[in-house]
Amino acid sequence: MEFDTALIVENLPLYASGLWLTLQLVAIALAAGMAIALPLGIARAIDAPLLGRAVAAYIYFFRSTPMLVQLLLVYYGLGQFKWLQAQWAAGNAFWLLFREPYFCACLAFTLNTSAYTAEIIQGAIRNTPAGEIEAAKAVGMSATARMRRIVLPSALRRMLQSYSNEVILMLQGSAVASAVTLVDLTGAGRTVYARSYAPFEAFAFTGLVYLLLTFAILGLFRLAERRWLVHLRPRGH
Amino acid sequence: MPTAYAQSILEGAALTLALAALAALIAVAAGLLTAAARLWAIAPLRWAAIVYTTVMRGIPDLVLMLLVFYGGQMLANAVASRFDQDPIEFSAFWAGTLTIGFIFGAYFGETFRGAFLAVPRGQMEAGAAFGMSPARVFRRILFPQMLRYALPGLGNNWLVLLKSTAIVSMIGLADLVWMADQAGRATRQPFVYYLVVCALYMILTAASGLLLRRLERRYGAGVAHAQF
Repeated sequence: MEFDTALIVENLPLYASGLWLTLQLVAIALAAGMAIALPLGIARAIDAPLLGRAVAAYIYFFRSTPMLVQLLLVYYGLGQFKWLQAQWAAGNAFWLLFREPYFCACLAFTLNTSAYTAEIIQGAIRNTPAGEIEAAKAVGMSATARMRRIVLPSALRRMLQSYSNEVILMLQGSAVASAVTLVDLTGAGRTVYARSYAPFEAFAFTGLVYLLLTFAILGLFRLAERRWLVHLRPRGH
Repeated sequence: MPTAYAQSILEGAALTLALAALAALIAVAAGLLTAAARLWAIAPLRWAAIVYTTVMRGIPDLVLMLLVFYGGQMLANAVASRFDQDPIEFSAFWAGTLTIGFIFGAYFGETFRGAFLAVPRGQMEAGAAFGMSPARVFRRILFPQMLRYALPGLGNNWLVLLKSTAIVSMIGLADLVWMADQAGRATRQPFVYYLVVCALYMILTAASGLLLRRLERRYGAGVAHAQF
């Protein structure tokens, strides 16, 4: 057995397009997930009546089931319903989206990461030092002003560390996109393997690219921490 | 739901649980070794542990599993033909179990490392002052207390491990997800069957949570809790 580097070089364009798809899926899921997670996390943290409970159930569902199953539920599962099939037959542009693996992957990943992120936001908000909120009340801020000016800026800073974990888990989790026919980075590796039967070349290179992406994400978060957590760094005398 | 499908899905759930439990055993063993290597004063061992942890945590479980499953078979064939033996079959079950076990070995290793470091030094000194040998100090004092600090982290890792077993269906193992997939195709009710899978995972998660809380109470015995 030998390692055939030429095989990897030959397939570089395929890997590159796979990488591009992986980056798109992860970026869309993270951005949309954050937009959903912010209101959910706040509702949960302030124990909003009724809504807080519903959000807890939402978070519980997405955190206690595998993302692969969530994806299959959206892509293969929804097609079961006669009503949706009728919409497809009628050519309804919106509902036709649910037949696209790309859209379904974005949707499933977004919902999944929004649940994890909401949990992180909730924890960060609950950890706000009581004194900061007292001080805000003492200067006469309203509840919304307190949330916007005091609680969120410090909570979003505090969650940076745990959010970097979530971003990396999202990147790795996105590998299951290849289960719904998408040729993402993992899908590219699987295609190369199917054509050549060379598992080491196909998957070791795929793994290496993911590893480099992970390092890049960690580097970005280190930069972000330097910018937003500058007040927590040890000071020289 | 027809009983035949209900039964096959329960069989799939049994396979999922067996695979997860075996993988967790491997992960605990690999994790303890990694933690030991990280804490030992021998530099090459420490570096090896760091490389192992970084690689396992930086590559998706699915990619590693495909590599082990397809690559492992090729490796087994090559070794067998080298020694003029019939090729051995490298089963999907072991590919899945070993991959998940070694991936989570890296996560467990970090948890164990932190837990070992969290045990106060004075505890070991007190053991030595009592005349205990280093091995006995480890067994009676360091290890049980380490476990108390490690338990919450191990519990979280176990829940992630349990969910990550879903990907073994992608190398053709008849686990919970795969069985539901088949039933969903046959009955044209994929949504119903995937929902059943979700419900079963949620039951397993909730049951694990209960068990973990009991373990934490057991290993937390004698620790003062603040009363409000």
